[in-house]
Amino acid sequence: MAAHLKKRVYEEFTKVVQQQQEEIATKKLRLTKPSKSAALHIDLCKATSPADALQYLLQFARKPVEAESVEGVVRILLEHYYKENDPSVRLKIASLLGLLSKTTGFSPDCIMDDAINILQNEKSHQVLAQLLDTLLAIGTKLPENQAIQMRLVDVACKHLTDTSHGVRNKCLQLLGNLGSLEKSVTKDAEGLATRDVQKIIGDYFSDQDPRVRTAAIKAMLQLHERGLKLHQTIYNQACKLLSDDYEQVRSAAVQLIWVVSQLYPESIVPIPSSNEEIRLVDDAFGKICHMVSDGSWVVRVQAAKLLGSMEQVSSHFLEQTLDKKLMSDLRRKRTAHERAKELYSSGEFSSGRKWGDDAPKEEVDTGAVNLIESGACGAFVHGLEDEMYEVRIAAVEALCMLAQSSPSFAEKCLDFLVDMFNDEIEEVRLQSIHTMRKISNNITLREDQLDTVLAVLEDSSRDIREALHELLCCTNVSTKEGIHLALVELLKNLTKYPTDRDSIWKCLKFLGSRHPTLVLPLVPELLSTHPFFDTAEPDMDDPAYIAVLVLIFNAAKTCPTMPALFSDHTFRHYAYLRDSLSHLVPALRLPGRKLVSSAVSPSIISQEDPSQQFLQQSLERVYSLQHLDPQGAQELLEFTIRDLQRLGELQSELAGVADFSATYLRCQLLLIKALQEKLWNVAAPLYLKQSDLASAAAKQIMEETYKMEFMYSGVENKQVVIIHHMRLQAKALQLIVTARTTRGLDPLFGMCEKFLQEVDFFQRYFITDLPHLQDSFVDKLLDLMPRLMTSKPAEVVKILQTMLRQSAFLHLPLPEQIHKASATIIEPAGESDNPLRFTSGLVVALDVDATLEHVQDPQNTVKVQVLYPDGQAQMIHPKPADFRNPGPGRHRLITQVYLSHTAWTEPCQVEVRLLLSYNSSARIPKCPWMEGGEVSPQVETSIEGTIPFSKPVKVYIMPKPARR
Amino acid sequence: MPEIRVTPLGAGQDVGRSCILVSIAGKNVMLDCGMHMGFNDDRRFPDFSYITQNGRLTDFLDCVIISHFHLDHCGALPYFSEMVGYDGPIYMTHPTQAICPILLEDYRKIAVDKKGEANFFTSQMIKDCMKKVVAVHLHQTVQVDDELEIKAYYAGHVLGAAMFQIKVGSESVVYTGDYNMTPDRHLGAAWIDKCRPNLLITESTYATTIRDSKRCRERDFLKKVHETVERGGKVLIPVFALGRAQELCILLETFWERMNLKVPIYFSTGLTEKANHYYKLFIPWTNQKIRKTFVQRNMFEFKHIKAFDRAFADNPGPMVVFATPGMLHAGQSLQIFRKWAGNEKNMVIMPGYCVQGTVGHKILSGQRKLEMEGRQVLEVKMQVEYMSFSAHADAKGIMQLVGQAEPESVLLVHGEAKKMEFLKQKIEQELRVSCYMPANGETVTLPTSLSIPVGISLGLLKREMAQGLLPEAKKPRLLHGTLIMKDSNFRLVSSEQALKELGLAEHQLRFTCRVHLHDTRKEQETALRVYSHLKSILKDHYVQHLPDGSVTVESILIQATAPSEDPGTKVLLVSWTYQDEELGSFLTSLLKKGLPQAPS
Repeated sequence: MAAHLKKRVYEEFTKVVQQQQEEIATKKLRLTKPSKSAALHIDLCKATSPADALQYLLQFARKPVEAESVEGVVRILLEHYYKENDPSVRLKIASLLGLLSKTTGFSPDCIMDDAINILQNEKSHQVLAQLLDTLLAIGTKLPENQAIQMRLVDVACKHLTDTSHGVRNKCLQLLGNLGSLEKSVTKDAEGLATRDVQKIIGDYFSDQDPRVRTAAIKAMLQLHERGLKLHQTIYNQACKLLSDDYEQVRSAAVQLIWVVSQLYPESIVPIPSSNEEIRLVDDAFGKICHMVSDGSWVVRVQAAKLLGSMEQVSSHFLEQTLDKKLMSDLRRKRTAHERAKELYSSGEFSSGRKWGDDAPKEEVDTGAVNLIESGACGAFVHGLEDEMYEVRIAAVEALCMLAQSSPSFAEKCLDFLVDMFNDEIEEVRLQSIHTMRKISNNITLREDQLDTVLAVLEDSSRDIREALHELLCCTNVSTKEGIHLALVELLKNLTKYPTDRDSIWKCLKFLGSRHPTLVLPLVPELLSTHPFFDTAEPDMDDPAYIAVLVLIFNAAKTCPTMPALFSDHTFRHYAYLRDSLSHLVPALRLPGRKLVSSAVSPSIISQEDPSQQFLQQSLERVYSLQHLDPQGAQELLEFTIRDLQRLGELQSELAGVADFSATYLRCQLLLIKALQEKLWNVAAPLYLKQSDLASAAAKQIMEETYKMEFMYSGVENKQVVIIHHMRLQAKALQLIVTARTTRGLDPLFGMCEKFLQEVDFFQRYFITDLPHLQDSFVDKLLDLMPRLMTSKPAEVVKILQTMLRQSAFLHLPLPEQIHKASATIIEPAGESDNPLRFTSGLVVALDVDATLEHVQDPQNTVKVQVLYPDGQAQMIHPKPADFRNPGPGRHRLITQVYLSHTAWTEPCQVEVRLLLSYNSSARIPKCPWMEGGEVSPQVETSIEGTIPFSKPVKVYIMPKPARR
Repeated sequence: MPEIRVTPLGAGQDVGRSCILVSIAGKNVMLDCGMHMGFNDDRRFPDFSYITQNGRLTDFLDCVIISHFHLDHCGALPYFSEMVGYDGPIYMTHPTQAICPILLEDYRKIAVDKKGEANFFTSQMIKDCMKKVVAVHLHQTVQVDDELEIKAYYAGHVLGAAMFQIKVGSESVVYTGDYNMTPDRHLGAAWIDKCRPNLLITESTYATTIRDSKRCRERDFLKKVHETVERGGKVLIPVFALGRAQELCILLETFWERMNLKVPIYFSTGLTEKANHYYKLFIPWTNQKIRKTFVQRNMFEFKHIKAFDRAFADNPGPMVVFATPGMLHAGQSLQIFRKWAGNEKNMVIMPGYCVQGTVGHKILSGQRKLEMEGRQVLEVKMQVEYMSFSAHADAKGIMQLVGQAEPESVLLVHGEAKKMEFLKQKIEQELRVSCYMPANGETVTLPTSLSIPVGISLGLLKREMAQGLLPEAKKPRLLHGTLIMKDSNFRLVSSEQALKELGLAEHQLRFTCRVHLHDTRKEQETALRVYSHLKSILKDHYVQHLPDGSVTVESILIQATAPSEDPGTKVLLVSWTYQDEELGSFLTSLLKKGLPQAPS
């Protein structure tokens, strides 16, 4: 009765729940607060020497402090600060103050006065700097409070004249983070001096200490980041800093110039030593280009990176970056690129091998040659040739970005990108191939360029080859010779590296569909058909022949005249390939054949909506479950699950949702079934056997809930609660079953306690979601919590049993986007009849190649499992470098698995599969105060496990006994 | 007036036998000591009699610096030290020290054994000469004596090539030797900090050239080799044993690795093996890629490149062979060339310049029929390619280096006069730096400004710095202190400390001044009026009215007295110390203007 009353109260005043929540919080607080600050106080008083005190403070800093007790701790720290003579201890206290004021939920305005106070009496420069840092932490914590910000800025200005660079640094940092421009003018009335922060910071551009200069520039950048508009006058100041002696100053100055150039791209600046004027963005571009040949590579990287984002620069300047104006012996010389282009256009490509064909031609006017130009001449030529690969990568990236915004530039930079394919560092090569792919919409490859590109197909690195295949997928080729060349090189690649098969086929598919007209004249040659003679039928299993067919069939899709050139066996092969490799071979309109698939495809699209509707309806139907009798409920659930599964198979875009909800329903079904068991009605000891079903159900529900939680991406907190709730029910079921089947109370005690603990955890983690769980199992359980705590196990079990039966079925809200993680093992294929032989006791390496979809953080979660016939299982963690990320949501695992076993007499099959490992504590929010501090208590309850998520592949292996 | 004098004994408006004399602040340094390729008589070595007619060179030279191991920079060293006679220190980097004797020995062998020259230095002399060498590390400051110090910077060009900074007191000279501003496959680019020397002596081999990107050349080279071996042809690459050969080896080695090629590459043995050994040891001198990967694999431990045996030349199938010498005029490269020349599938790639008269030069200029000794005619059917891989900075690179070092003036050596002229004009025009290009034996005198270092006590510096409010690093600032000259060094200290050190008592210097004021009131009131007047004007000074009727502004005392003779005027006595001169004179002039009329 009491429970009933209470429930009514809840219904009417939902806030009551919140009160309960506060109670819990205060309870915790009472425990910790006095101990924290008091202990610190005692410790600090005990400390006899500064070293001791420092030790205590260090120890103290390792543990987190709750928001409520921060103030007390701060007071004690300040008290000690006043007494302390040793600067190192004061320094530590100051840094602790800063850390503490960052605690969430603590408002640091109360300690600001004290901090400013102690700042005024401080003599040590280091402590001063640290105090200013603390003030910065306080200031950033209170961004709305104008008065405080003004005050802090004031303090900073006062200390700017300090002799120590550290203090000036911090002051500038403070100004950069808190200073404002416009507001200081309006707030004049408050009596604080109006300060133009920008002017003050600008003055420190010429400080004598390079560290302070850097800090000043950084502060300026910080102002910009906070949304204040910098004055254009800064541009000239920053330009002067470009010739600073110190690299960090130059590096920061380059950034500042870039920022100003983005703010005022169109304003006009004069060119010194002439009376011409140019746009500011062009001028800045020239200056940054000049920094690409700076003495320090840090600056070069910075400059090269920033060039990429200066898209407003005029094309005239942009194209200069690729032009170095060669000369030899004062005569103008053409670059190798220009010569190649000319040879190509004159039609005698690769024939003109003469000594001196690069001999310089016309004379150069000595007066007109400008060796150090202010302009952008050859900046990228230098950047791409740089000594450090960091600079080269940055330059390639910049080229990519600029080329994406300017087609004409893309055309021009092509030669340089192609050259980068031969870089000595693989990363650079890869980057330039990717860049080329990104800009491939804007370009068409010349034959000689294609030649160089294709030469890289022989690279021994798989990443490079696959990147190149991707590039070829989206390249435009200009001539039929080009296509032929590409095909020949790809086939060469195929024979050299047979593992590239799939990638090459895919590449040819796109190559064919992009260039149907260029493929057409090649068809007779490629299929080796002859007008008069029948030629031998090629081998259908030859990957090279399939590759040719893929190219031709894809071209034929948009070229209706092509099938006329096919011979009989080609049609037969088409039919075979269309079935076996349907993702590579499109449906063709062939004579005497009906097009089936193309007719279907439009109707699917229109059906999309109804299927979504169907999903919704069937789910809604389930939620009326409660009102049905158990039998009916079971049937309904079974039907719905079947429907959902079928729907998931039909509609790939709804598969995630359908599977997810089907799994949930299956859990419910299992639960209902288990509760329907007869064993509940009979005396416990008699039905030992039948309880198997119930405990198996409980186990299965647990497994399914883990799958739901960790195998789907896009699961939100709402769903996690429900999943955990289901799991809690399963645990209750387990408890009841155990209570029924075991004799003796001792094990039961432990289990009960554990269960109650888990309820407690559940309550704590999902406290905000509890209001949504009305009428549910947990809801009822929490009502009876005080009673349960004091009850004996037998009683607890009884209560749980009734509650499980009475509890309502919870509605599972569907998440917006949900995808099931899946994996397909491409290699090993598992078809081979030849066993992999190796000497027992030694290892054999098995190449594993798999694609993963919708796996979050695969580096940590995906494992490979090997199951030997004797039941022995082995788990292998692939290296993080084995995972590649070819696209969003997709991952590729290419790794080697080492197998070993003692000798067998017959070859046997081992199973290889991929597992998804999980850790149940991963989803629970952690305490944010101290990272890397002590292990949080949640870890004890975390459960680690694995879920298989790929089809197992069988590999035939044969460990032979070692010959002696 | 102090000055720096530079006299090139070789390499002045010329390439070859680099040898430059520098006198800087009384110290004489010789930079490089090379031989000339073009001469076989006395002109091949620099004329050391210029330094002294008779007498040991050791008395006239403080040290000799060798920039790298090429013979035109070190070839005359044994002659100079053992035959002419020099016992002072010779500085070079570790790789140069290791490789230099190999090349000198090779040079000696050719000159003595092949050409049969007498009166040449012997192997023992090379050994003795190398004993005088002091090896230096990059960026290590070496004190030659108390005043002269030298420091090496990385120069690229060849393994162990260095630029040297020579410094005496505040004067300094940088000598670049040969250097390379673009990295290649085994070496990085030259680098120098902003050392702002008085003079930068730079090479100017490519003064009038701006080069294309290296990548095209590399790609072309690789493509040609690859195509030929794929056709089943043989490739011959004549090289000189050191420098470019290693670069090409690395280029091919990495290409073979990348492309998974199995075709054998051979290197004809000889001094290469020894040199390769040193290349393996001096990894810190190579480029980023080699330095980063040598832990896994030393790039000079060639996997695909094997030692060549005479018999291999007749093996069927494709191969690549590096053979010495580089101009195909003799030795193994010529033998192989004769065997392979008849097949059009084969190819020879000349990676460098060939002197007129050599086989290399003939085939490069397109001659297809060669007359060999014994009246045979060799028909050349194989393809002939030319690929230039040179490691000197081009005009842009030179300008870049000058820009990096920011010297006061530049001096050009190691280049042709006509080309230097162009670069000189450009340097003066664009960098606004004076530029010289002396011929051999011509002396350039460069006046330098004398700077005298003065030590300042930290306390004084800090005190004076605290007074200036805003940071203005470049502006001169007034500073009060006492300059003490003692034991030929200068110190600037605060006056209190100077007094203490010199044992002098401090004297107070006070100025007093009388100002007559027309005021009929009492002295007390006058003083009060002065007080209020000053208080209103001097807002940021501390003005006080003392009980005895006097007024103080900071430490300046003002007293009002009434002279007995004229009651209408009051005399204000203003008194200030020497330190407050500025304020004091300001006050008197202020008071002389009179007080404002009382509001009453």
